[in-house]
Amino acid sequence: MKAFAALFTAIDQSTKTTIKVNALAEYFKAADDIDKLWTIALFSGRRPKRAVSTTRLREWGAEVAGIPLWLFEDCYPIVGDLAETIALVLPPNQTTDNRPLSQWINDLRAVYKADETAKKVFVLDAWARLGGTERFIFNKLITGGMRVGVSQKLMTRALARATDRDEAELAHRLMGNWHPDDTTWHALIEAQDASADASRPYPFHLAYALEGGPEALEHPADWRAEWKWDGIRGQLILRGGEYFVWSRGEELMTDRFPELARAVDYLPDGTVLDGELLVWHPGTAHPARFNTLQPRIGRKTVPKKLLKEAPVVLHAYDLLEWQGEDVRHLPFRERRAQLETACAAMPEEAPVKLSPQLKFSTPADLHAYRDGARDAQAEGLMLKRADSPYLAGRKKGDWWKWKLAPLTIDAVMIYAQSGSGRRANLFTDFTFAVRDGEALVPFTKAYSGLTDKEFREITAWVRKNTLQRFGPVRQVTPHHVFEIAFEGIQASPRHKSGVALRFPRMLRWRQDKPLAEANTLDDLNEMLRLYG
Amino acid sequence: MSSNPVLTFTPEGIYCPAGDFYIDPWRRVDRAMITHGHSDHARWGMGRYLATHEALPVMRHRLGDIEAEGIAYGERRVIGGAIVSFHPAGHVPGSAQIRVEVGGEVWVASGDYKIIDDGLSTPFEPVRCHHFITESTFGLPVFHWEPQQTVAAYLNDWWRGCADAGKTAMLGAYSLGKAQRLISMLDPEIGPVLCHAAVENTNAVMRAQGITLPETILANKDVTAKTHPRAMVIAPPSALGSAWSKRFGPLESGFASGWMAMRGVRRRRAGDRGFIISDHADWDGLLWAIKQTEAENIYVTHGYTDIFTRYLNEQGWNAQVVPTQFEGESLDASDDSGEAA
Ligand SMILES: [Zn+2]
Ligand SMILES: [Zn+2]
Repeated sequence: MKAFAALFTAIDQSTKTTIKVNALAEYFKAADDIDKLWTIALFSGRRPKRAVSTTRLREWGAEVAGIPLWLFEDCYPIVGDLAETIALVLPPNQTTDNRPLSQWINDLRAVYKADETAKKVFVLDAWARLGGTERFIFNKLITGGMRVGVSQKLMTRALARATDRDEAELAHRLMGNWHPDDTTWHALIEAQDASADASRPYPFHLAYALEGGPEALEHPADWRAEWKWDGIRGQLILRGGEYFVWSRGEELMTDRFPELARAVDYLPDGTVLDGELLVWHPGTAHPARFNTLQPRIGRKTVPKKLLKEAPVVLHAYDLLEWQGEDVRHLPFRERRAQLETACAAMPEEAPVKLSPQLKFSTPADLHAYRDGARDAQAEGLMLKRADSPYLAGRKKGDWWKWKLAPLTIDAVMIYAQSGSGRRANLFTDFTFAVRDGEALVPFTKAYSGLTDKEFREITAWVRKNTLQRFGPVRQVTPHHVFEIAFEGIQASPRHKSGVALRFPRMLRWRQDKPLAEANTLDDLNEMLRLYG
Repeated sequence: MSSNPVLTFTPEGIYCPAGDFYIDPWRRVDRAMITHGHSDHARWGMGRYLATHEALPVMRHRLGDIEAEGIAYGERRVIGGAIVSFHPAGHVPGSAQIRVEVGGEVWVASGDYKIIDDGLSTPFEPVRCHHFITESTFGLPVFHWEPQQTVAAYLNDWWRGCADAGKTAMLGAYSLGKAQRLISMLDPEIGPVLCHAAVENTNAVMRAQGITLPETILANKDVTAKTHPRAMVIAPPSALGSAWSKRFGPLESGFASGWMAMRGVRRRRAGDRGFIISDHADWDGLLWAIKQTEAENIYVTHGYTDIFTRYLNEQGWNAQVVPTQFEGESLDASDDSGEAA
């Protein structure tokens, strides 16, 4: 565990990409295959089967620390991480231990089926042997979520350097459904045939936001425009007579979208599409709002009623694999032409549709499309270079997203709560209200959008202007006005104000605005009428 | 509480009716007893100040021309109907707990304190009392400080590593107390210690009052990474990453604070390295100090007051939260005049 802990610390304490990549590459050169395999797995969100419940972990942690459970539970939200909270409250380790990472994982696996007593003995023994970061990592092996400040991209780059292999090929190998329990370092990284897993997706090509407008793009004729739909970006894979649906977050969502099974009737085997999952009722001009998709994401399997109420189709943007061949290297123009041919004969009831391209000749045309995006239920435009290959990850230059300006409203801060983890000692979570005569009606919370400097300033102010405390929440003097940006608004009987916002965040601290100039409940209701 | 408490908590600060004075007031009053020179405790504008002899030089340095009188640790003074004395708090040089006795009832306002002997401040001495006013900046069981020599080893290892790699090490620390403590922990064999003017001015004040500090060099504009290779630079946190710091590049930056115990805060604020070191008591230190006072009534100010108070009540004390404008160890004080770390 020591080598892995040293790697973890090196990555964790640095903000510099080169230092992280160097530390990873050095580790990949020196470590055993099985430790390397587990390292990649852990850093990409995979973990050993959970051997101990977090409830037990909390109880044992509090017990060993000699503190009441409520006190432990009160510390947890402040620290923001269960594994770390336990590591911090425990007394110092009594001895040290030389087992490597993979050995600890094996030992953890060995108690998976053991009874509670044996598990407890094992965990308490580990806590007595491991200190600091090693103890934190041990806890993380149980609780999961060992994502550190290292992206898949950086890890792949380090791996490419350590193994002398192509970065894009490695990125593809690391995608999908693999787990250290059923593969080896050799099979995953080195073996000739990397396509053994039929469900393996391609890395998504992601776009950067277009700053300014499309005027910045030279030669409009070199570009293609399409709607940026407001759904779930997904990859549909048809291989070996089966279908697989992946989210951009590399989550396999096949069972949540059974209607896509019929895609195999309309498209040949060996096809992979990049598109947007949308709720779209047959015969309507626009997709339904994003919130209609939410019940579909929330559950692993879908009841019949919901399939009727919220039917999902994939609107295809791009073609990544055709007749079993990886076509990502072809220019977008050619991939798109092939995609259009494949979709040409698609009947109305097919669960896959071609996402249209938007014809334009000048930037002004694009502005006109974007102005109509909200009506089309899109969240903006995508601009793609016609000759661009389908790249892996977020790359600058070929693809741009040009999103709608958000909706905004000026609101008054009335409650403040301190953040957790990164911002444990700052007030970062605020509740905002609109004016209704003399009254203030709370309508949303927001906790991001300010700079650290602004958070420090508002924290000092909150301390001095607290009217009342409700546990961790402080009611403050209504004084500061913030411009709240959000992506959507809908009626919600659960909220006092009668509305719920989508992605609310603080756009600006309006220190120039007095309380009396904050927006009113009437303004909010007018927005609901217009955009709800 | 009796009908006539020895100390009360007013909007101006902690008030003693029998002696008609305030302790660490945050609004203008006539008579102020000051626990220590940090700016959330020693504020400008009071009619008269009383503080330890050791705390006064820094207070004068920061507050300018004030009417102030010094008192020795342990010296008893009768003020109106109260007997007042100052006792070491171990927080920064000159810091004190203030003991107030009226009619046989004893209250102690501890200001900020730590239990660990830092080698510079007069070490904390528990004072028996009936009522104890304690801070709880780090009043959670997740805070446990390692011994000072251990942290010193981390610090020097980091510095040596930077120096060997041809980089300057730059450490952010508040200029009163923490900076001098860190300087005293450094191994002078590794390289020169350069101080930002805000730090060096406070060093000078402390040296003038007889506190021994290792040799430091004022980092004026002629001092750079070229003229002083292998250097450690001590600067207020606000100077980290500023234009001022550029001439020491290439550099690695670090930050020293009790808050560095939390990974999330460390990742946000530490720069390249975070060192867990504080001039406030950790969880065990707070509980130890409270037990030593033998007080039954505990008043909890700044920090995790609600949680800490609940725990004390559960353990049999009669504890309550009192409102405060003290900031504790504020990692995010917007300037160096803020409470020190
Ligand atoms: Zn202080
Ligand atoms: Zn303080």
